[in-house]
Amino acid sequence: MKVIPGFRLTLGITVFYLSLIVLIPLSLLVWNTTELKWAGFVKIVTTKQVIASYKLTFTAAFFAALCNALFGFMTAWALVRYKFFGKKLFDALIDLPFAMPTAVSGIALTALFVDNGWLGTWFCKIGINVVKFAERFRLDFVNIPYLDKENGLQTAFSPIGVFIALTFIGLPFVVRTLQPALQDLDKEVEEAAASLGANRFQTFWRVIFPSVLPALLTGFVLAFARALGEYGSVVFISGNIPMKTEITPLLIFAKLEEFNYAGATAISVVMLAASFVLMLMVNIIQWRTRRK
Amino acid sequence: MSIEIKNITKRFGNFTALNNVNLKVNDGELIALLGPSGSGKTTLLRIIAGLEDFEPRDGTDILFKGKSVVGDPIGKRRIGFVFQHYALFRHQTVFENIAFGLRVRRGNERLSRTAIKKRVLELIHLIQLDTLENRYPDQLSGGQRQRVALARALAIEPKFLLLDEPFGALDARVRQNLRRWLRKLHDEIKLTSIFVTHDQEEALELADRIVVMNEGRIEQEGMPSEVFHKPKNEFVMDFLGNVNLFHEREDGSSVLGSENTSDLLKKYFVRPHEIDLVPPDNGGRGLPAVVKRVQLAGSLAKMELVDADGREIYVEFSHEKYNVYQFQVGNSVLAVPRKTVVFDDYAI
Repeated sequence: MKVIPGFRLTLGITVFYLSLIVLIPLSLLVWNTTELKWAGFVKIVTTKQVIASYKLTFTAAFFAALCNALFGFMTAWALVRYKFFGKKLFDALIDLPFAMPTAVSGIALTALFVDNGWLGTWFCKIGINVVKFAERFRLDFVNIPYLDKENGLQTAFSPIGVFIALTFIGLPFVVRTLQPALQDLDKEVEEAAASLGANRFQTFWRVIFPSVLPALLTGFVLAFARALGEYGSVVFISGNIPMKTEITPLLIFAKLEEFNYAGATAISVVMLAASFVLMLMVNIIQWRTRRK
Repeated sequence: MSIEIKNITKRFGNFTALNNVNLKVNDGELIALLGPSGSGKTTLLRIIAGLEDFEPRDGTDILFKGKSVVGDPIGKRRIGFVFQHYALFRHQTVFENIAFGLRVRRGNERLSRTAIKKRVLELIHLIQLDTLENRYPDQLSGGQRQRVALARALAIEPKFLLLDEPFGALDARVRQNLRRWLRKLHDEIKLTSIFVTHDQEEALELADRIVVMNEGRIEQEGMPSEVFHKPKNEFVMDFLGNVNLFHEREDGSSVLGSENTSDLLKKYFVRPHEIDLVPPDNGGRGLPAVVKRVQLAGSLAKMELVDADGREIYVEFSHEKYNVYQFQVGNSVLAVPRKTVVFDDYAI
């Protein structure tokens, strides 16, 4: 006898809600795509422009998520383990990328990183100096991408800009998934490791890190998945140069504007499949680590 | 190896956890730090381990075998520390947990893989968990986890074993078994050990010597029989088992349980097993009382009495002795203390 009954009711609501919000729209997406013949579908999703957008979207999203995993870990660590002035404020700031309209952050980031923006100028100057340095020491055979003699390091309107925007929106995912995991760490476990002769590095690497790894992985994938679908904050800073800085969601939007619904959904289906595979992978990894 | 603690004081903010504590632990001893929560016993243990710092003052020191270890990090002190909540590494198996201390060794202290395996399997055998070496801590019972924690601490061949309420989180039966097992283990390996407990029975049964602590001070230290039978003060008397409090009136009429201080002369402490009960018509000096409750299950007959002022008196005696009068609930009796304890420092 359970104190609070309601298994059937909850399950019913869950299935209904999930269908309404998630399953029906997604299956419609797949359904719309079936207007196309297989050959037509393949043609749309493998044009050069689309392939280039996949490459950009996936690599930028991956590195943004990786960057967030590293710095997000440190942020969560600092917020959980130490007391410092303004800690509550910093903690609240983490959620800002969640809460802000993405277009606003996109415009703000663009203004910061354009060639004459606050940060963009510095990247330009540093970039130019790096090029000069390379020339002087005859290292110019090393081809550094996004770096040129006149403009220095291109942040806005280059793939780097895409990376920056995706890093911005992904941070809260990593921090917020890691915080509870770090909070749950038992102080005694660390003391036990120390009493057994482990140094700080060993205590971190052999005891702390493995116990928060599942959470870190979840945070990483959430940030990655979010970055794959991000549109608003990216389209301003990327500049949308065909074949160079076009992200996949932008192409979908472009197809929609041309009333090419089948084309839009075709690309969407590819993204959907990719996201699904990613989520599945994470669940498998988590399931494996949990089993321990 | 011996441990010597000199003039240790520790404060947490305004709270004094340890107040100028001195303690000497001899080689091979099993010592119990006994006291209520907040008495500073765990803090003292953690300071010995190096998990907690203390106020540096003149004459303050911690010596292991005559050598000061102040400033040495915990890893260097080579101490086996067993935590109350086991503190096992959850993502590691029993084997990996026990091997941890050996695997993190560096340089020429490092053991070969086979040597580590041999040592760990020996320890697993010692804690009687053979065949469970590939389990994870979540798959073990509380008693098994605590034994793994103990084996993990022993793996590094520590100079001492420090145990923080080692049986605190276990249920009564497991606790009993593990207690006996630990005593046997100590008799075999003779490792100098200190354990913290708030359970007087545990301390009396397990320890070679008991250190009774209260409010950051050591109240008394000595053999279990010594602290039990010759308590130095009220606190020790009260903490080590049940005790009845009696007052003698100025008129000397009898030993009475009364809180009316104006006519009090002396304060007596009497353990429940040191009171005789006789029928009231027997005469003689004693305290008239009425039987409130009789509890005959167990190795002793236990009774609760109430005197004229409504104060409760606890009495225990053997079943043979009980059978002489066989008092029932409601019977009037005369409680006659056989042995009373009076403390000199008591003053009204």
